[in-house]
Amino acid sequence: MGIPMVATGRRWLTVGLGVAILLLALAAGAGRATAEVPVIAAASDLQFALEEIAARFRTDTGQDVKLSFGSSGNFARQIRQGAPFEMFLSADETYVLELARDGFTRGDGDLYAIGRIVLIVPHGSPLQADGLLDDLAAALEDGRLTRFAIANPEHAPYGKRAEEALRHKGIWEAIESRLVLGENVSQAAQFATSANAQGGLIAYSLALSPKVSALGTYALVPEEWHSPLLQRMVLLKGAGPVAERFYAYVQQPAARTVFRRYGFVLPGEEPIN
Amino acid sequence: MDWTALWLSLRLAALTVCILLPLGIVLGRWLAYRDFTGKGVAEAVIALPLVLPPTVFGYYLLVAFGAASPIGQVWQAVFGHQLVFTFEGLLVASVIFNLPFAIQPMQRGFEAIPREVREAAACCGMPPWRAILRVELPLAWPGIVTAMILSFAHTLGEFGIVLMVGGSIPGETKTIAISIYDRVQAFDDAAAAQMSALLLALSLTAIALTFAVSRRIGRRFG
Repeated sequence: MGIPMVATGRRWLTVGLGVAILLLALAAGAGRATAEVPVIAAASDLQFALEEIAARFRTDTGQDVKLSFGSSGNFARQIRQGAPFEMFLSADETYVLELARDGFTRGDGDLYAIGRIVLIVPHGSPLQADGLLDDLAAALEDGRLTRFAIANPEHAPYGKRAEEALRHKGIWEAIESRLVLGENVSQAAQFATSANAQGGLIAYSLALSPKVSALGTYALVPEEWHSPLLQRMVLLKGAGPVAERFYAYVQQPAARTVFRRYGFVLPGEEPIN
Repeated sequence: MDWTALWLSLRLAALTVCILLPLGIVLGRWLAYRDFTGKGVAEAVIALPLVLPPTVFGYYLLVAFGAASPIGQVWQAVFGHQLVFTFEGLLVASVIFNLPFAIQPMQRGFEAIPREVREAAACCGMPPWRAILRVELPLAWPGIVTAMILSFAHTLGEFGIVLMVGGSIPGETKTIAISIYDRVQAFDDAAAAQMSALLLALSLTAIALTFAVSRRIGRRFG
């Protein structure tokens, strides 16, 4: 029995060697990714606006940036752990100022936009998109509301502002057990517009994007109901020339037009209501 | 379709398998033939990633290898960059997390070799290294192939750890699984659906191959 077995084994060995060579060939393509293209950490509310700005930047300068979207709190933690981002656009300036204080950034950065929150309800929801949240309060009473989405207030600025607005309205305790928390505001928007939730509080900039606005209706929540979403950006230690150029570009008129189109109020400008 | 992320995942999976192949053969063979006190503990430690939530593992990795840790600082001093949030960091995580997927099938492969075959090789005067190369490896090969396929597929799908220690950096730590997550959040359902379908097809192929290989073992020794 020994001889045929070893023969089969040999064939396996050949097959295996082939697989191993293929794997090695794949692995040989490894090595560090091109380091010249800076990676930029950006708050999730910029998902659509910053993609557009980066695309314009590419056309105008021929240079490229890589965008990574997530919650501002998570990025701040990752930057402290040594994440190799070159620029950070936070949805809440507190994170930037804390990083600056602890020496992770180049200076205090700049305010680039002021954000707003909206109530969004998906098509077919029993809720009305009412910015004063009266119908939301009523729906809590009469049991129409089972699931409501916001971003996680622990580390997502829009979650924090959503909590403040719900507290201002006096319905936080009532709604708390029905909340679904997104890891960041994009995920909250994802939850809020799916048929599984009756609505949610998300970023105005996301609601204004064609992809999201097709899914439901929305209304602005009064800005006095929560502390302002002062969005600050900063260059991190180790930022290269391309990141520096992008940083300047974000403050140029072309970029400001995009921000305005996505509902952001720009520093030094009056809101258009 | 995010080709950069797919390529990154394939590279990560291939490198993981390349590292685990010799490691698994040595450890799997050792566990198959040797009996020693604490063998149960050793096997439990290797099997731990099977039951440990990936986020827990990712958290410990962040603590152990992060900028504030001694290991992280030594790595930074030697290589000039961080271990976490880099491809190398993902690779280290992936190798550790795939240990049971690589070692267990290889161990079963070596265990399936009848003792008489090995004794016969020794009696015929085959030197041990030659017996390993000419007798044991060819016979244990189905187990080894299964281990490689499983580790490869498992790396492609890993999400929790990559999310914790990766930072979703395109071309560096943004794997296909993370890219799917990102696309869903960007309301880009078409891309998410495409990539998910590809991952499903790859996983299905991997499992089918694994079963085919196992059946061969069964037919030979059953």
